[in-house]
Amino acid sequence: MQERILTADDIARGVTKLANDIRAATRGKPICLVGIRSRGDEVAERVLNELAGDDQDLSFGVLDISLYRDDYEHLHENPALQESDIPFTINGAHVILVDDVLFTGRTIRAALDALSDYGRPAKVELAVLIDRGHREMPVQPDYTAILLDTRRLDHVHVSLEGTDGKEEVRIIPKEPLPSVETHEPAAGE
Amino acid sequence: MPRKDLLTIASLERGEIDQLLDQAAPFKEVFKRSVKKVPALKGKSVLMLFYEPSTRTHSSFEVAAKRLSADVTNFDVSQSSITKGESVRETVETLQAMRTDYIIVRHGRSGLPGLIAAQTHASVVNAGDGAHAHPTQALLDAFTIKEKFPEPCGKKVLVIGDILHSRVARSTTAILGMLGVRVAWLGPGSLVPKNPPPEVLRFTNYGEAMAWEPDVVYLLRVQMERQSAQFFPSLREYHRLYGITETRLEDLRARGLYLMHPGPVNRGVELCDAVMNYEHSLINDQVENGIAIRMAVLYSLRPKSQMG
Repeated sequence: MQERILTADDIARGVTKLANDIRAATRGKPICLVGIRSRGDEVAERVLNELAGDDQDLSFGVLDISLYRDDYEHLHENPALQESDIPFTINGAHVILVDDVLFTGRTIRAALDALSDYGRPAKVELAVLIDRGHREMPVQPDYTAILLDTRRLDHVHVSLEGTDGKEEVRIIPKEPLPSVETHEPAAGE
Repeated sequence: MPRKDLLTIASLERGEIDQLLDQAAPFKEVFKRSVKKVPALKGKSVLMLFYEPSTRTHSSFEVAAKRLSADVTNFDVSQSSITKGESVRETVETLQAMRTDYIIVRHGRSGLPGLIAAQTHASVVNAGDGAHAHPTQALLDAFTIKEKFPEPCGKKVLVIGDILHSRVARSTTAILGMLGVRVAWLGPGSLVPKNPPPEVLRFTNYGEAMAWEPDVVYLLRVQMERQSAQFFPSLREYHRLYGITETRLEDLRARGLYLMHPGPVNRGVELCDAVMNYEHSLINDQVENGIAIRMAVLYSLRPKSQMG
């Protein structure tokens, strides 16, 4: 299978679609966009910018879920822990979690745990730029910009201007090794 | 490659120190949450092995471990085993059999945590050994200074007190030196080593030290329980010569200097009562930062039992 690429235009259209869908569904009610580090925060910030012109009460936060992962011991080699920043009250809030890629759902499970340590939101929804399938947890997005048909072992590599200095998504096919059971750690791609 | 133990500052590379200092801030953010606890070390066990009394360091480590969701056990050595004649080696074999993941050690003998570390799969953190080292104190001091001076290189820290017997002075001087902070020692001639490291200045007179224009004044605790009391004539004299008196406090305030102390404070010896309300005192910051940095340390270490 060939390597596929999504361009900066595809990403920009995706962000606009997320913003439009969120606008239509929330109808001016107060919402809190919470981006999941890393890159989910950048997607959330772009959605926020698209909604900023509307007459809607918007809050913005960032969540680092490193301390809540269930594959902590794999990640331990490089614990690139960063600060979370939730500068508003979670209690009673309508939170929309934002991430770049939805894959196994384990990142979202961890994000829900982290969020509940700040308080009890009235409602939590999930917005993702890309849903690539292969869930291992009962997690479904409420807002999806791009549906990608992938195989379990393919790599979906997102680069965003603010985080990586370039703007593209590469879908890199990976052949499974013959006759070997492959257990890939749930990567937060 | 993750490290198994934290024994001294000198054994760390600059990159590791920077990483630990960077990671303390995200842990400090946890304290602001409604639930001040993260599941990072859920199911792991932390054993506190304190051969010397210590309320502050002990509780700081304990709070840090609990905020990481680890299970904490106190192995009360002073009361039981020592009096029954159990050697450190036998104690460690017992701990090994308990399959503990992390051991926090304080001991009066320099180098003992290293001996324990060599004999166990658990990660060992030195919580103070004799006059040798106190690496987590050094890390929390460096983090506290970096919060005030994000670019600490070239800043000046004056350490006052019993440098000779102080593992805090030793470890904190080492880490500040690595960050490019300039350090000077001040104290009674009998308590300041005659040959400090080449980059460290040595003063025995308060006025001369202040003429060096430090940014931070770091007071060490006069260790009444150790031998330091014999090195100067009286506590009142010590306060007059090297303590922060009310007059000196006004001078610090006028210069806007930060003030630090590892605690617990001997009021009327290192500091006058009025210092407790000094707006540039970082003493409470040090306590809070101590928990954050110890969380970062525990999170970064990797017991041998968990190494691939």
